[in-house]
Amino acid sequence: MSISIRNVSKRFGAFTALNNVSLEVGSGSLLALLGPSGSGKTTLLRIIAGLEQADTGSIHVQDSDVSQLSAREREVGFVFQHYALFKHMSVFENVAFGMRVRHTPNDEVQSRVNELLHLVRLEGLGSRYPSELSGGQRQRVALARALAVKPRLLLLDEPFGALDAKVRQELRTWLRRLHEEMHVTTVFVTHDQEEAFEVADQVVVMRQGNIEQAGSPQDVFDHPATPFVMDFLGHVNVFHGRLEAGQMHLGGIAVEYPEYQQAESRDATAYVRPHEVELHRTPQGDTSLSVRVVHVNPAGPVIRVRLLSAAGAALNVDLSPGQYGELKVRPGEDLYATPKRVRVFLPDDYSI
Amino acid sequence: MHPSGVRTKKSAGGLVADEPLWLRVLLIGAAYAVIGLLILVPVAYVFVQAFAEGWQGYVKNLWHDPDTRHSIFLTLTVAPLAVLLNTVFGLAAAWTITRFKFPGRTLLVTLLDVPFAISPVVVGLMFVLLFGMQGYLGPSLRQMGIKVIFAWPGLLLATTFVTLPFVARELIPLMESLGSEEEVAAVSLGASPWQLFWRITLPNIKWGLVYGIIQCHARAIGEFGAVYVVSGRIAGETDTMPLRVEKLFQEYNNPGSFAVASLLTLMALVTLAGKYMLERYIAQQMAATRENTES
Repeated sequence: MSISIRNVSKRFGAFTALNNVSLEVGSGSLLALLGPSGSGKTTLLRIIAGLEQADTGSIHVQDSDVSQLSAREREVGFVFQHYALFKHMSVFENVAFGMRVRHTPNDEVQSRVNELLHLVRLEGLGSRYPSELSGGQRQRVALARALAVKPRLLLLDEPFGALDAKVRQELRTWLRRLHEEMHVTTVFVTHDQEEAFEVADQVVVMRQGNIEQAGSPQDVFDHPATPFVMDFLGHVNVFHGRLEAGQMHLGGIAVEYPEYQQAESRDATAYVRPHEVELHRTPQGDTSLSVRVVHVNPAGPVIRVRLLSAAGAALNVDLSPGQYGELKVRPGEDLYATPKRVRVFLPDDYSI
Repeated sequence: MHPSGVRTKKSAGGLVADEPLWLRVLLIGAAYAVIGLLILVPVAYVFVQAFAEGWQGYVKNLWHDPDTRHSIFLTLTVAPLAVLLNTVFGLAAAWTITRFKFPGRTLLVTLLDVPFAISPVVVGLMFVLLFGMQGYLGPSLRQMGIKVIFAWPGLLLATTFVTLPFVARELIPLMESLGSEEEVAAVSLGASPWQLFWRITLPNIKWGLVYGIIQCHARAIGEFGAVYVVSGRIAGETDTMPLRVEKLFQEYNNPGSFAVASLLTLMALVTLAGKYMLERYIAQQMAATRENTES
């Protein structure tokens, strides 16, 4: 079931939640709506589900316009951040609910619920109540419940937000595997970049009611369309300088930038990823910035080094444990930083 | 940071100021005395007076007097009917107020308290002015053969008005705190509005609803002022039990008056007992749920 979102806008009083948003979701794909709070991602999800009405625009599922259909009629499975399980019903009855309200015969209900409980690895817990389950178990019940009525679409609103890190990790892998088995078109909302990248085939980065960029995780990370996207997906160092004839001049050095070959010099802002900066003890020609180490954070698989350039600009560099071992960086030392790759967004192309 | 001169020590109930014994005795004694004098003694007195002519006299007063019989019947029909109307209203009002945003919503919530604020006698007067023969709607209703004032519809109206807020006020904060997530989930799973109400909303609010109904019923049975004004005091026709108590008392029939009063008191005590048991049951349920989630 493909989804086509066309020119959807939504306002809440003076606040614009969605600003003329259009998006195509391929049938059977797993798509993440990623962005900070207030970006409109949850509003968009709820409009697709029919839980909110768009002010303008339309939603099409498999080429038929569903904009006028109620949530009930759209046959969408929805999973809430805080599970929204029916407290007064057992796990079994929760999962069976969608079928019960359709007056499905009892033996069919029995077999389908047991099948789903097996799928989410909760067999034997059918007679428990939600209050007796852990967060991860509750979310699995919510998932089973949404899938019970064979929905055309599966929508998840920050489904793992309320769980602790380890459980979140498990459920992510789990969702991915479930999707591969069931192939239901799935859209989920998250503010966690790592989660979006790990689970989804397509990532849509949103900000203040607009779609900044849509594409595969690799595309969006390697070729960010705007500074916001680049900054949101991982850390970034920002430099103000000038572009001229294939080079970016910043902080007293020049870095190759073949994308701009014009002789005319113009102001530009360059973005450098922390892992795309090399550190050396000796200058590497005229492409090295003179820097001093302010702080070293050796925790984890990446060593984060904070530095200050001679001009007073802050610089963050990520080193692998191997590189760190070789260099043996200490606070207070003077080093040379060489940006290996910069991305430039010209001033009239964006606003931050 | 303790008040000077008072040592504090931990006891079974937590930190307890170590007041001198005589002060404690005085305060607790005073509390008992007030409750005793203002509540226990008068209530006991009602029963003492009711049985002044013995058991035979009691039954004669309650059962063999047709006007008294009728008043009991009237109260036991008007009150439950008023409660039923207010339950339906309370559910509808709570649903609308807690699940929707619309202009005038806050005003509506405030207006719900009006029946509490107005003196019951004024309420009665209000209905007389509206539905009485000199009122706006009285003559036209009379032409249709409908008599409101000095008849049982008036009693029902007055009682319903005065007890209007009870169920709604109990349900509104409950439904606010429950939130609509379960209901939204039910809708997304295909529940129709009726299925939604019956399977999801009602089970979640049932104890609040019962509590509201109990309070509504207690008030409806005992209503005097508003009903006094609209009823016209026609014995055997428009006297409810509280009105009957007053009439018998005016006729210097103390045993009769107190007999009916004792019945009212009994009903009140039964209601209180029900309320108490309900509160205990809910507390037990919550403690059990807490244990389950914490284990």
